[in-house]
Amino acid sequence: MPNAYEIITDTLLTYQQQVISLAKLGENTDTTISYNPKFKKAIEEGDICDLFEGALPYRPRYIAPDYKILMEKGSEFLELDPPKDIWEATNALLIMYRHVPSVTTFPVYLGALDELLDPFINDEKEAEKAIGLFLLNIDRTLNDSFVHANIGPKDTLAGRLILRQTEKLQTAIPNLTLKYDPELTSDEFASLCASVMLSTAKPSFANHRMFVSEFGERYVLASCYNGLRLGGGGYTLPRLRLNNIAKKASSIDQFMNEILPHYVDLMNEYMDQRINFLVEKSSFFKSNYLVKEGFLNQKDFIGMFGLVGLAECCNTLMHVSDSNQGYGHDSNVDDLGVAIIQHLDNLVAKHKAPYSENSGDRYWLHAQVGIEKDGPDSSPGCRIPIGSEPEIYKQIKHSTRFHKYFPTGIGDIFRFDETWKKTPEALVDIIRGALNSGMRYFSGYCASNDVIRVTGYLVKKSEIAKLDRKEAVLNDASVLGQGSRDLAHAFDRRVQK
Amino acid sequence: MFSAPVNRIIPFSSVDGPGNRMAIFLQSCPFQCWYCHNPETINLCVHCGICVTKCPSNALSVIDGKVVWNSLHCTQCDTCIKICPTLSSPKITRFTVDEMMIKIDEVRPFIRGITLSGGECMTYPEFMEGIFTQTKKMGLSCLIDSNGYRLFSDYPQLMKVCDGVMLDVKAVDSEFHLQLTHHTNEIVLKNLEDLLLMGKLQEVRIVVLPGYDAQNKITIAYVAEHVKNKAKIKLLTYRPYGVRKVGLDKLGTSMLSEKEMEFYRQFALENGASDVIIL
Repeated sequence: MPNAYEIITDTLLTYQQQVISLAKLGENTDTTISYNPKFKKAIEEGDICDLFEGALPYRPRYIAPDYKILMEKGSEFLELDPPKDIWEATNALLIMYRHVPSVTTFPVYLGALDELLDPFINDEKEAEKAIGLFLLNIDRTLNDSFVHANIGPKDTLAGRLILRQTEKLQTAIPNLTLKYDPELTSDEFASLCASVMLSTAKPSFANHRMFVSEFGERYVLASCYNGLRLGGGGYTLPRLRLNNIAKKASSIDQFMNEILPHYVDLMNEYMDQRINFLVEKSSFFKSNYLVKEGFLNQKDFIGMFGLVGLAECCNTLMHVSDSNQGYGHDSNVDDLGVAIIQHLDNLVAKHKAPYSENSGDRYWLHAQVGIEKDGPDSSPGCRIPIGSEPEIYKQIKHSTRFHKYFPTGIGDIFRFDETWKKTPEALVDIIRGALNSGMRYFSGYCASNDVIRVTGYLVKKSEIAKLDRKEAVLNDASVLGQGSRDLAHAFDRRVQK
Repeated sequence: MFSAPVNRIIPFSSVDGPGNRMAIFLQSCPFQCWYCHNPETINLCVHCGICVTKCPSNALSVIDGKVVWNSLHCTQCDTCIKICPTLSSPKITRFTVDEMMIKIDEVRPFIRGITLSGGECMTYPEFMEGIFTQTKKMGLSCLIDSNGYRLFSDYPQLMKVCDGVMLDVKAVDSEFHLQLTHHTNEIVLKNLEDLLLMGKLQEVRIVVLPGYDAQNKITIAYVAEHVKNKAKIKLLTYRPYGVRKVGLDKLGTSMLSEKEMEFYRQFALENGASDVIIL
């Protein structure tokens, strides 16, 4: 963590980025929560990562307000009446976004934009202008790639206008997900989404049926690809670095029976402490207008138990040195991966999580996408290492073995060549098959475009080029993308021809 | 159990018929077109062994008088194909119907159907019928990509399980067809009419040739008049990539411009076609 002087003199940081870094520095001077020394050691040794959430939580990590309430009732605190037309609706949302906190300080969930805006469309041309300005405003003021909007599953005019403007604007923000259900989403709308995905790297496709079976209809996709409850969110997200803890094991048995339970206990204890403080002591659930006016319900928050590096963990435990021969290529190694995740899921489920009544009193697994500092020896969640991806259908089938364990987020990314732009319906065949086979979340992009998906979030290659030239850029996440490119080869995925 | 020599399987193809499909390329073709892009699919391997000594990664060997290809050692440098004197490839694998069905089953959730292509797949009609019969049971569509040298109406059982044919019409002028492909075209043109009657004509492909305006017009006009609005016509721009010397001598190394191709598209529309695209 840089000190105040370093933050204040760093020419690569914008003013806003300096303020955020200084706030974090201040927060971390607090010692109210006394974390277990074993946990601190695990952080120091890289076995667990707290994702820099800060020492004393003053808001949940991820917040997914029910914006429909704003449309129907307005907000007393924000002094907003219910909007009456498309201009008032987009304006009310933009105002509210400024007052939705998160770990990044930006709202990680913007709402089901098609459902929210469709009732206000009278004149298509006027609505498209309003939506275009709305999306432009979001990209330039909510300048962080973890800002995420949803559309679908139904085909709406608002959805189409959002897609049209998304393609036209070519921005990294907001991240966008189509909730896709072949029975509810028309083939034409799905094809349109695939076509926009090939030109702008979004939307991604979420398995609507799968999410509904776990969360019910009131769920959202936020931040990278995080499944959360609408009107709730995620309390906290630390992550277990499986690649690292595997190195401490003398055998697979010892890993399963001693090492894994030890770290699961440390993670659980840490999450308990943070959630207890957040709910009982911090002001958020007591006085924040989002809670008081019903945009959020504390019971709909989930503690997210994250992990990374399953691929390297399995390869280490099975003594595989060539990543082209191990995880993702050898069914014995993959079977071990499934066994580890099953065991982990059982261990996590055994622990009674505080303030998680609506989540079965347990923490839910999240396959974290990694951070730039992880480097090349730690693949995101349960993904196959970049550069060792097998043929696409094998990669999809591999991923379906793991996706069911991760309701709060897991996904895979595929890079396509130009020829697919002419046949988006063929891409939809693949996506539909993938989701029907049990894949939770499918992202794609075209190798030659400016906007590309790094690990879960989007960046513009042109912004990273600016960073390379030592110029400050608006998007908070561009520097993360630069790091992932340089340290984890994140731009070098296999291209599907 | 019928089997066939397979040059290549593309598990996900978006260019061999509608949607995402598995494309299976069978080895050998009775035509020898000037502009063939993959001449290594024309003949079966005669096991002369010339490629074996030239392989830079030792992926080829001779066992019991036959050239054997080791796919694990192969780096796909294509040296063997480039030096093959018989327009063939040592990288051919023979598949039985059951073996091919395993391959298809692996990708079944992600594809809309399969396309049998080549070479010329109609060289192996019994194998095709076996594949299609089982593939149809999976709920997938079955397309044939063919040069039309064999009469489809001679294979009623195969046509029952075939959803459509993508037919190449290389030339309508019989003399020119013979020069261009080393083969006559009466059956090709009969197939065009038969497939229209059967309702199995998925699309017609015509390669538009630089320097052969009159022949291009004869072919396009004939196909357009026959097909009308009953199938798509694809006008393929001649591309010199992969074409061997005999073709380059006749057709050159340059391609027709977009404007020239658009002229032929309009020409097809004027002659009665309704759905014409340029590729």
